[in-house]
Amino acid sequence: MPTSPKLSAPLEQGGAPTTPAFADVTASDSTLRRFLHGLPGVDAVGLEARAASLGTRSIKTTAKAYAIDLAISMIDLTTLEGADTPGKVRALAAKAVHPDPTDRTTPRTAAVCVYPDMVATAKAALAGTDVKVASVATAFPAGRAALDVKLADTRDAVAAGADEIDMVIDRGAFLAGDYLKVYEEIRAVKEASGAARLKVIFETGELSTYDNIRRASWLGMIAGADFIKTSTGKVSVNATPANTLLMLEAVRDFRAQTGVQVGVKPAGGIRTTKDAIKFLVLVNETVGEDWLDNHWFRFGASSLLNDLLMQRQKLATGRYSGPDYVTVD
Amino acid sequence: MSDRLSVLKTYKLYVGGKFPRSESGRVYEVTDSKGKWLANAPLSSRKDARDAVVAARKAFGGWSGATAYNRGQILYRVAEMLEGRKDQFVREVADAEGLSRAKAAVVVEAAIDRWVWYAGWTDKIAQVVGGANPVAGPFFNLSTPEPTGVVAIVAPRESSFLGLVSVVAPVIATGNTAVVIASEKAPLPALSLGEVLATSDLPGGVVNVLSGKAAEIAAPLAAHQDVNAIDLTGADQELARELEIAAADNLKRVLRPQAVDGEDFTADPGTHRLTAFLETKTVWHPTGSLGASGSAY
Repeated sequence: MPTSPKLSAPLEQGGAPTTPAFADVTASDSTLRRFLHGLPGVDAVGLEARAASLGTRSIKTTAKAYAIDLAISMIDLTTLEGADTPGKVRALAAKAVHPDPTDRTTPRTAAVCVYPDMVATAKAALAGTDVKVASVATAFPAGRAALDVKLADTRDAVAAGADEIDMVIDRGAFLAGDYLKVYEEIRAVKEASGAARLKVIFETGELSTYDNIRRASWLGMIAGADFIKTSTGKVSVNATPANTLLMLEAVRDFRAQTGVQVGVKPAGGIRTTKDAIKFLVLVNETVGEDWLDNHWFRFGASSLLNDLLMQRQKLATGRYSGPDYVTVD
Repeated sequence: MSDRLSVLKTYKLYVGGKFPRSESGRVYEVTDSKGKWLANAPLSSRKDARDAVVAARKAFGGWSGATAYNRGQILYRVAEMLEGRKDQFVREVADAEGLSRAKAAVVVEAAIDRWVWYAGWTDKIAQVVGGANPVAGPFFNLSTPEPTGVVAIVAPRESSFLGLVSVVAPVIATGNTAVVIASEKAPLPALSLGEVLATSDLPGGVVNVLSGKAAEIAAPLAAHQDVNAIDLTGADQELARELEIAAADNLKRVLRPQAVDGEDFTADPGTHRLTAFLETKTVWHPTGSLGASGSAY
């Protein structure tokens, strides 16, 4: 199901930061606008119905156990509070490495996600493990700062050892139709990130329409995002099954067209095992097994981990667990 | 004569302040004492029990943190609402227990009085079971009762309303929250009690009422790590034994059935049901004196 207009330039395979295929699209503001507005409109009712119907799948017993372990391994364990202390970040890092200290077969989380000034602390606490350190940057969560400031923020995080950078787009510019500015900003941050993988946050709750989410997804991918991410977790509407499904369709179509695989990260508002499993069903049914891995799909969450651990204990022991048996973060 | 068809009531569970159907979608037939069909009641599953525990846990902080006076006021309000719907309860109890209207009215009135009696205890129990303890040191040593937490209650099988009130009221009076398994063969008064509680300022989740098979719902509650205590009053000997073993796993408080052939709920209840689900917190505080001698001037 192709969802984007045919491109004139030949398709290129591989994971280059910017796909040359889109050189003509990004040549000017008007070509970029024509391309993004030429994307097919989203059938909102159909999208929500599809997301809801995939959410009714019954996942039980061994499939559930697999899904829980997979979901744990996909979590970016996040603390983004004004009150974050080095102690809290270290505690979170310890939890990422051993989510359930009473059961060492529990998989590790994918990463710990912190503010740039806590990257060094997190890095030290995670030394010698394969848990990554992700850092938000570019004046997170509002993104309202000059480009220089955003780039300095990014370079700081990378210099402190961040393996992944979670940037926010300039929603003001996007909504004003200034797509080229958003594009160039993502390009600049991608360059400043160096080897770190770049996750681009759209803050879907602020983009108002599904059409905008589709446009933002393509814009982010054309600009070289390694991951596209729904939300900051700081606004009232965060990741929903529908907007995540839409972004999964975008990465699927992008790979079909360019051969470049881009990851997806829903973040915010995913609190229960049931929700997490619904998202995994969406992944499997939309983009397939290639994305069922923490290199390509992540959950931005904090309280979700505790619920997954309680469900894991329930599967192991047969009795319902309670919040007294997991850590309080 | 009008040929109006009366509107039949769909009895539903009461969980977290809402009236859901059973998650399983199942119902079972409830009959009166002579076997005549009365209504369909939800046949709860273990997932309904799990949801009820989540609701009860969520409500615990607010309810246990409310002042004892405030809890008392709310429980009085429940009694006022019960009084207003007395006719309905008289009818349901008469059907369920095979009593005449007059005898059922006596039972319902006793139940409402029982509720008022427990409402009065909310701000008095601390004086009875708490207090200052004499200790061998320069300390004030004070004990206060604290609620145990989420209490699962297997309600009496025979006494469908007076017995129910007698087990639920003392548990919530002291600040616990409850998951109640109604009598299997006479669940209708319990499900109607949920409707009264929903309109009495009682925060949602403080009392959660499930109907169905005690053996099916009580087992996961007894093993549940987030349930702090279980009242086995309505469990038969065999089930009580089984539940007690399951409850040992996280050291739940267990209140065993008082009598083999069922308790007499018309008798003076005493305070044992109030104190069964209380923990004692003791605080040591220095008296501040620097020695026995005091100041020299």
